[in-house]
Amino acid sequence: MHIVVLTKPVPDPAAAAERLGPDLRLDRAASPAVVNGNDEYALEAALKLMEAHGGEVTILTMAPPNATDTMRKALAMGATRGVLVTDPALAGSCVRSTDEVLAAALRELTYDLVFSGFDTSDGNAGVVGAAIAARLRLPYLSNAAKIEPDPEAGVVRVRRITATGYDLLEAPMPALVVCTQVLGEPRYPSLKGIMAARSKEIATRSVADLGLEGAVGGAVATTAVLDSQKPASRGATRVVRGTAEDGAREIVELLESRRIV
Amino acid sequence: MVAVSTPPTDHRLTEEQVLLRDTVRELADARIAPRAAEIDRSGEFPDDIRQLLAEHDVLGLPFPAEHGGVGGDLLTICLAIEQIARACTTSSLILAVQDLGSLPLRLGGSPEQLARLVPRLASGEALICFGLTEPEAGSDGAAVRTRAVRDGDDYVINGTKRFITNGSVAGMVTVFAVTDPEAPRHRHLSCFVVEVPTPGFRVARLEHKMGIRGSPTAELEFQDVRVPATNRIGDEGDGWSLALRTFERSRPGIAAQAVGIAQGALEAATAYARERKQFGQRIGDFQMVGAMLADMAAQIEAARQLLYTACEVIEAGTPDAQRWAAMCKLVAGDTAMRVTTDAVQVLGGYGYIDEFPVERMMRDAKITQLYEGTQQIQRLVIARALLGRGRD
Repeated sequence: MHIVVLTKPVPDPAAAAERLGPDLRLDRAASPAVVNGNDEYALEAALKLMEAHGGEVTILTMAPPNATDTMRKALAMGATRGVLVTDPALAGSCVRSTDEVLAAALRELTYDLVFSGFDTSDGNAGVVGAAIAARLRLPYLSNAAKIEPDPEAGVVRVRRITATGYDLLEAPMPALVVCTQVLGEPRYPSLKGIMAARSKEIATRSVADLGLEGAVGGAVATTAVLDSQKPASRGATRVVRGTAEDGAREIVELLESRRIV
Repeated sequence: MVAVSTPPTDHRLTEEQVLLRDTVRELADARIAPRAAEIDRSGEFPDDIRQLLAEHDVLGLPFPAEHGGVGGDLLTICLAIEQIARACTTSSLILAVQDLGSLPLRLGGSPEQLARLVPRLASGEALICFGLTEPEAGSDGAAVRTRAVRDGDDYVINGTKRFITNGSVAGMVTVFAVTDPEAPRHRHLSCFVVEVPTPGFRVARLEHKMGIRGSPTAELEFQDVRVPATNRIGDEGDGWSLALRTFERSRPGIAAQAVGIAQGALEAATAYARERKQFGQRIGDFQMVGAMLADMAAQIEAARQLLYTACEVIEAGTPDAQRWAAMCKLVAGDTAMRVTTDAVQVLGGYGYIDEFPVERMMRDAKITQLYEGTQQIQRLVIARALLGRGRD
């Protein structure tokens, strides 16, 4: 069972230091980076399947060169190896470039499954997984709450969350699965895992390596950010203190006074 | 495809050390910090935290990978102790004493002894404590009275060890005992690993302490305790030298603990100063309070960088390791005491009650000025190194 997990470094939400550069692009030097939260859930799901079925987990990242920092954490959690697509030309890439690059990198890898997170906390487009599936003509299994591959039969079953409950989907492998947090909390890397991560390979690929020179990146972006606004301040916070009973009464009175309840 | 080398991050730390530090910090924030007040209040050894640290290989840090450990160097061990101490001093002592207690074995043990004893320690299944101090041998460690007498393939140990951290929860005790009362003062001691429980070994009492209350401080009694000679570390008479070499590597661990306590107190005080309002503004915006926070932060960073430098210098094999170990412990211990005292001051009356962690941190900080050599002993070591050998 070979699984490729798409992981992206994003600004650490805990640092709360996100800042836009003058070109309205995220200033990635302004904030420490972490593995995108939803990608860690996808990685955890992949690691559990690797533990159950054997095989390998490869993490695939498109990011600036220092992404090896965050990739190392994914390797410490247990991923087998990493592939980093990095190229100055990719700065300012739109979603179309991103999925084209990742699809090209995937064409060089062998896999039974590709996992993506539900979305990324910095981009929020939420379509990269679907676009890659379309480009590679892979079955697309979204909103996964449970993933059960059957390597012998060459199929994967996915429980897809719907508005009313679950759908049970089956698709031949290879397939692309969009993971959700229902799959389970990501693990902490063990310290032995951290020490072992040192010797794991992170291969790098450039746009030229993938044969995409001139076809992808900021220069040919299909979308541009024209303006960026912060949401309006919500006003002062009011903290209700006291016993649960008094607090509840006070909150209800407040909501009533504003005709919310 | 080209493999990427690992660039250094966080100034002097490797990518690996940063990841390890951050992992231990997340673990400490999520799983240890919420337990800290209860551990202090109950005064009970937190075996759940031992298990947690074992599960995540944290207790394997001091031990070589070939015997089931993680193979962390001195700085890496200190990074982990610092992060745990930031949340809970008692919990950080589980790692610090696993390191301390096993140092004579790691420094002087034979390949056979390492293979036999280390795996249980590296997995965290067994804890080990360090038995040097006695009622009459505190700062004057070489004044040990406990006797070990050779009898066939065994030694028979008699005596009492006092103030032994984690003494009642350890499965192994590293004991220093007199094997030759006639030998010159620093050749009279030998070092043994005693596997307990064993006949004649008894935990005589546990101390009631001001801080590190979840870490049992035990008086251990040895009455005709038989130890196989195969558990003697090094040769007869090597005991004192092993103890001194141990302190070169264990005092930085206490310095790391002190830096961690101070950092925890600074964070608590800063959070409070940001939220607490008096006279219509955040108290941190009053210059007198802001200045205290600034001094705390600067002092902590100075202590931390001295500690990290000491770790690197000691790991590199300096002949002046005793002085470096003493200097970082001295500075960090005094910093922890000053910073936690100021943190209580920033919180005012709230700093004095156990609803906030700073009073606990202040009580815990005090021990870092006392154990593994009082601050006075550290100064003595430093001064002797300066006067005796000149500067390095």
